[in-house]
Amino acid sequence: MNHYETVFILNPVLSEVQIKEAVQKFDDYLVSKGAEMISKEDWGLKKLAYAIQNKKSGFYHLFEYKVSGETITPFELEFRRDDSVMRYLTVRLDKHAIAWAEKRRLRNNASKK
Amino acid sequence: MSIEQQAKGGKQGEVRYLTPLDIDTKQIVKYCRFKKNGIKYIDYKDAKFLLYLVNEQGKILPRRLTGTSLKYQRKVSVAIKRARHLALMPYVADMLK
Repeated sequence: MNHYETVFILNPVLSEVQIKEAVQKFDDYLVSKGAEMISKEDWGLKKLAYAIQNKKSGFYHLFEYKVSGETITPFELEFRRDDSVMRYLTVRLDKHAIAWAEKRRLRNNASKK
Repeated sequence: MSIEQQAKGGKQGEVRYLTPLDIDTKQIVKYCRFKKNGIKYIDYKDAKFLLYLVNEQGKILPRRLTGTSLKYQRKVSVAIKRARHLALMPYVADMLK
């Protein structure tokens, strides 16, 4: 069970409902593959540094989860198939990255309170 | 150039100084900010921090300017390239700062 982190950008023209649906779809896919979801973050609508599919902004979402290695490629296939996702990036976390993600989450929760 | 030599061949309009120039050539000691602060992981998600390591055009600063060690420079370049992929940082920019 490796530790992974996925960030993906959703098309800004989507309605609120469609965004929730898309995020839920990926979440369910992971859970169905026996993943252990650690954290889900929604960065909301952010301006892109450069235009993607000539869109200037996008909805950013971050998933952090533990899953066995072979589910990643079909999971990324899901991203490729879904055209509401403009861009995605899956990163495997090593021990320093896990410690950093832990610290970052505490800081976010602390600042949010 | 001693004064006599200058006096002899002084016609090419060479500037002569009464007191010798003292240009400060002492090199400021550079250090690797990651080793010093004990940073172990460079996160590709916080673009604000990565902007320190990039010049105005959005290019990655070389080690000779930032003084970072090779091990962390590689981590920095991987993090910046990931941030660029996710459009958190531009590939090409002007007056980024």
